[in-house]
Amino acid sequence: MSNFFKETDIDTSQAEAIVTETLKNCDDGELYLENHKSESIVLDDNKIKSSTYNSDQGYGFRAVTGEVVAYSHSNDISKESLRKSSDNLKDTLKSKKGTYNHEIPKTNSKYYENINPIESKTFDSKIDLLNSVNNYLRSKGSIVNQVTANFLGEHKSIEIIRSDNQVLKDERPLVRFNVSVVLEKDGKKETGVYGVGGRQSYDDYLKDGSWKDVCDEAFRIANVNLESKPAPAGEMKVVLGPGWPAILIHEAIGHGLEGDFNRKKTSAFHNLMGQQVASEGVTIVDDGTLHQRRGSLTIDDEGTPTENTVLIENGILKNYMQDRLNARLMGTKSTGSGRRESYKHVVLPRMRNTMMLSGKYSQDEMISSVDKGIFAVSFGGGQVDITSGKFVFNCTEAYEINNGKIGSPIKGATLIGDGPSILKEVSLVGNDMKLDPGIGTCGKAGQGVPVGVAQPSILINKMTVGGTKL
Amino acid sequence: MIRDQEFLRDIASYCIENSKKLGATDVGVKVIHSVSENVSFRNKKLDESNRADSFAVNLTTYIEKKKSSINSSDLSKSNLEKLIERCIDATKITPSDENNSLPDKDLMSKEIRDLNLYDETHYPNDKKIEFLKNVEETASTDEKIVNTEAGFTENKNNFILANSNGFLGGYKTSNFSSSCVAVSRINGAMERDYEFGSTRFLEDMMEPEEIGKIAADKAIKKLGPKKIKSEKIGVIFDKRISKGILSTLASAISASAIARGTSFLKDQINSEVFPNSINIIDDPKIEKGLGSQNFDSEGVETNSLKLVENGILKNYLIDTYYGKKLNLKSNGRSGGTTNLYFENGTLSFKDLLNSEKKFLYITETIGHGGNIITGDYSVGASGFMVEDGELTYPVSEITIAGNFKEMFKNITLANDLEMKYSTNAPTLLINQMTVAGK
Repeated sequence: MSNFFKETDIDTSQAEAIVTETLKNCDDGELYLENHKSESIVLDDNKIKSSTYNSDQGYGFRAVTGEVVAYSHSNDISKESLRKSSDNLKDTLKSKKGTYNHEIPKTNSKYYENINPIESKTFDSKIDLLNSVNNYLRSKGSIVNQVTANFLGEHKSIEIIRSDNQVLKDERPLVRFNVSVVLEKDGKKETGVYGVGGRQSYDDYLKDGSWKDVCDEAFRIANVNLESKPAPAGEMKVVLGPGWPAILIHEAIGHGLEGDFNRKKTSAFHNLMGQQVASEGVTIVDDGTLHQRRGSLTIDDEGTPTENTVLIENGILKNYMQDRLNARLMGTKSTGSGRRESYKHVVLPRMRNTMMLSGKYSQDEMISSVDKGIFAVSFGGGQVDITSGKFVFNCTEAYEINNGKIGSPIKGATLIGDGPSILKEVSLVGNDMKLDPGIGTCGKAGQGVPVGVAQPSILINKMTVGGTKL
Repeated sequence: MIRDQEFLRDIASYCIENSKKLGATDVGVKVIHSVSENVSFRNKKLDESNRADSFAVNLTTYIEKKKSSINSSDLSKSNLEKLIERCIDATKITPSDENNSLPDKDLMSKEIRDLNLYDETHYPNDKKIEFLKNVEETASTDEKIVNTEAGFTENKNNFILANSNGFLGGYKTSNFSSSCVAVSRINGAMERDYEFGSTRFLEDMMEPEEIGKIAADKAIKKLGPKKIKSEKIGVIFDKRISKGILSTLASAISASAIARGTSFLKDQINSEVFPNSINIIDDPKIEKGLGSQNFDSEGVETNSLKLVENGILKNYLIDTYYGKKLNLKSNGRSGGTTNLYFENGTLSFKDLLNSEKKFLYITETIGHGGNIITGDYSVGASGFMVEDGELTYPVSEITIAGNFKEMFKNITLANDLEMKYSTNAPTLLINQMTVAGK
């Protein structure tokens, strides 16, 4: 039974009939229904700054033939609205003729529980915890200038109705808890930010006082940055720490291996399949099946079960990430990477949890091999131009390396590199692979989706560091 | 079709009345309907057509100084009833904050001027397709162009903003936008560039041939870039990105950043922040302006503000909440700036390029490397070397870095301002930034 048609003038079988009729001359398509509840509670400047509850529901109706996508979405789940969307799709594709591909793999796996994190912790206890965070951090002394902390929780129910009454469903919890602290000392101000999250309840991440660890980490980063010196400018060796710095992989390699850019031949990687694109020790996967991770999905937003897709194996490019449309046009199978931000958005091939697997070196070996360079421990955001392959990311915690030893912390600087060549510059891969804490959101074509990353420590022979000190 | 004011007003009144019935002492609500149609093309063929019909209601309820909000896309009264109840329940147990309140009554917008923000012309999808064919036809003339994408979006909006102090206002707006992205290739290496036009009225849209030609020309010019040596050099920001300097200023002078003490411009009011030749204006009442508005997101009247006069910072961007924290009245900037621009400089573009022997000319930056708290700035960049006033060769895979406080004081403006976006700046030079390359 569908919950989406309960208080409407249309029932499931009528909706299915419209879907089947609309898509009869199409290669693919579906009616995607979504109910999304979310909350945000923010403490800032000693006060509960805002508490917001969002309730959003709607459908996105998609018809695909050849390379053409016709899409229509609305909040209004009704017979008239669906009919209007149907007419709109048929009109766009009137001169095309396709054959519907009914095949869609089934799965019994589940990578998260069906819980609603918003309801599984009381509003009062969320407010109490935010106040405790504020008091705890401010008790660390008068250098604490500002504290911001917030809960972001959501529950998304989706239902995909394909031609001939195939129905696929998923229930997705997601939470994130963030702390940001500004410290001031001798007229200098610096920020530290840390967060945790994933597809479980808040308390799975915050119980037994573990929220204090989140606070301590944010405080530690800000404290390090208070002592930071101007960053160097120019090409040098870079050691990346494990975990979250894997957004380098996400930006430098991940986006360039998404199916759409390769089908369209606009990715710097489009003619490199089967070729050596990384040093031999480098293996990179994109895995949607990790339990309760932020980037995991039981089924993607087209209904395909997710999988662990090998992108690069021992340096050789093996696979792109595919949704159904790009897979069909490239003569391959969907990798369960078809995602959309919401019913308002078309499906695109996207990353899930992108991971570089462990090698055999220790972080100490890497650092002691560097005469002059930097050690980057944490990053803010990144961005890539997939056509030229140039990508950047911003350090939020980094140190100089001099003669094999870690030196002073340095100010936030942008690192820039070239995607197709950067992985050939990876000379050592560490044995300490770590997952990120569950905070990533990836943006593409105006759509944000939750993702994860992981990597061990790595040594990059040459990268440009965008500091101010020549 | 877009719903009328009466339909939206009915929902707004329902929300206010029901919230009050359940115990709210004050209520603010916004109801929005938007319809958007988008067509996109790729390599001269239809790629995607997308129609969106969206409703939204944003409701904030107050019980004395306690406050909570809900947002929903489902306007059915049964759904709203449940959500209002939830909102009131949350309000009751949210700690109070003495700065929470609706705006002062005497600051509210009294009359709605027709700023010419709505063009009812509907541009049918066949016309959009025709337009895009012309865009791509022109963009793909040169054989170095290997890929083109183009899109046309038509947007119609209507909204009502209301509060329990009796304010009620709203109006329709429209937007037409078109873009082209071209990919060029030489010796296996590719570059990408774009052109983009956005207008309130269809008749003001750039010609399709112009959009296609500019995108293609720019993508071809970028081919074969070099990485340069790290050095200190004067950096010229192309008009497409120079407006980013104003966006940084806007974040740094927002009342929230000032009140929270998290701006590098804290305590700089009435101080010289830019060279004394520089004036910066935010004007919400420009006819057909992309950032124009009658009132801000709280219903407060907005008027033109000189943010910077002769280099001196004159105004913050103030909303009700942070205004109270700073003991200042809202100046109608809840929701940020409107049409923000630098007044034109005096040098022509050519004279600016000739003012030194050598410059770096930046056409694109990537990354989010600006820190509003410290003013530190470091981003990835690409562009061209300028030697003796001429663009000599393309440059990429470099970064530019500095600190906004210093950068602001070393700005020279050209006189080529165009009002093309909601935030606009002429070409500008920042003397002595650090470029990191080889």
